[in-house]
Amino acid sequence: MTTPILTDDQLIADLRELRTDAPPSVGFGALVEAGLADRYATVASPLGPVFVAWNGRGVSWVAPREDEAMFEQRFTERIGRPIGTADALPDRLERAIARRMAGDRRARIDLDLRGHTQFEVAVWTKALEIPRGEVRPYGWIAAEIGRPRAVRAVGTALAHNPVPLVVPCHRVVRSDGMIGQYSMGGPDAKRRVLLAEGLDTRALEAEAAAGIRFTGSDTTHIVCHPTCRDARRVTPRHRVTFSSLAAARSAGYRPCLHCRPVSLAAA
Amino acid sequence: MDTDTALAAGLAKDLDGAFPSLVATHQDRLYSIALRLLGDRRDAEEVAQDALVRAFRAMRGYPRERVAALRLRPWLASIAVNLARNRRRRLDDQRPPGSLEPLVAAGFDVPADGRTTPGPTADRRETRRELAAALLILTPAVRAAIVLRHVDGLSVAETAEALGKPEGTIKAQVHRGLRELRAYIETGPEPQNPPRTTIAAARLMPALEAIR
Repeated sequence: MTTPILTDDQLIADLRELRTDAPPSVGFGALVEAGLADRYATVASPLGPVFVAWNGRGVSWVAPREDEAMFEQRFTERIGRPIGTADALPDRLERAIARRMAGDRRARIDLDLRGHTQFEVAVWTKALEIPRGEVRPYGWIAAEIGRPRAVRAVGTALAHNPVPLVVPCHRVVRSDGMIGQYSMGGPDAKRRVLLAEGLDTRALEAEAAAGIRFTGSDTTHIVCHPTCRDARRVTPRHRVTFSSLAAARSAGYRPCLHCRPVSLAAA
Repeated sequence: MDTDTALAAGLAKDLDGAFPSLVATHQDRLYSIALRLLGDRRDAEEVAQDALVRAFRAMRGYPRERVAALRLRPWLASIAVNLARNRRRRLDDQRPPGSLEPLVAAGFDVPADGRTTPGPTADRRETRRELAAALLILTPAVRAAIVLRHVDGLSVAETAEALGKPEGTIKAQVHRGLRELRAYIETGPEPQNPPRTTIAAARLMPALEAIR
């Protein structure tokens, strides 16, 4: 058996043929890392399985799990980027979301909020400051971001929150203390999430219906939002309730430095 | 190259808008470079993707004029070669000697049944496999020169630019690489003239025998 003599030209031609098409995941993966496309996977939440979409810049979208084609179409229409499925979230993100849902506020979750208005981002960033298991009225957000009259706009911005559960828009309630609307499935879904965070929504709504807006302690003479962790430490014997901040002030109470209660415009 | 000049100009003007074209134009060659340097598909996928991402981040930090002046083919190749080199070092520390993985990925599919169809197609495939395996025997520097020059098809000047070496060195390395590849293919993997056989080659032999 003779070995054919291989010319350089032949060898070079053969080397050329070692070029191979990249699997599609290579290019798409690069676009995702660059923030020019997104991937999504299913994550467990107090509302059941939800889709979480992300790219190299952060989490970009959270929505109830639904038909994949519908979800992808909606995402691309709203966000303007291509999206593809993934088996799971990146490990680090998955761990951070699990920790955040378990109440660890230090768990860092990057968000990709490009394409939204400054006002919206300010509202969502402020909502991130509300501790788990507590709620604040829309008017509180408006006051905190320096737009005290923009209460309705705050409600609209929260309704457009692209990353519910991660940005806890469920912790923002109507200024009359009622639970209010929720993009992830209405007031009932909102109650479920708050209950999962340890908030007694029934008691909250009962007090709101009775006209209670603020609570204070007759030993410290500090007035709080009813769900503020400081307010909840007050024993029933020392707990006082107010229908307005003005009433509290005239009774000699000063606002809590943690929950910073504000007088509420109607909304 | 014309398309690359236009692409670089587009990237300088609108990085986000033009980056998908860069991905479409260069992903296959970056993957091929990584695959032929590393011999493992999964490693190659990661290196190719990472090279594209690093290029994106680098360009984001560059002034426009610098992006517009980029010679994308050699520049992207150099990123992929560096990433592959780093990964190879890591893998060399991890992979047990005699592992079949690189060979299987290089095209040595372990046959499921004994029936193989002889013919021109099978011959071509056999050549590719042999050549892919032979590349892995070359020293890393020679392999990089051969892969960029003759798998990817860069010019000597571009290869020199990508590898940061003088053109004379590249020419010598390519020459040596072709000679060693030919010797390997003509004489088979038997180490009849142990080509400065390094640990890599020694590791390959038992695995290769196991397949044959």
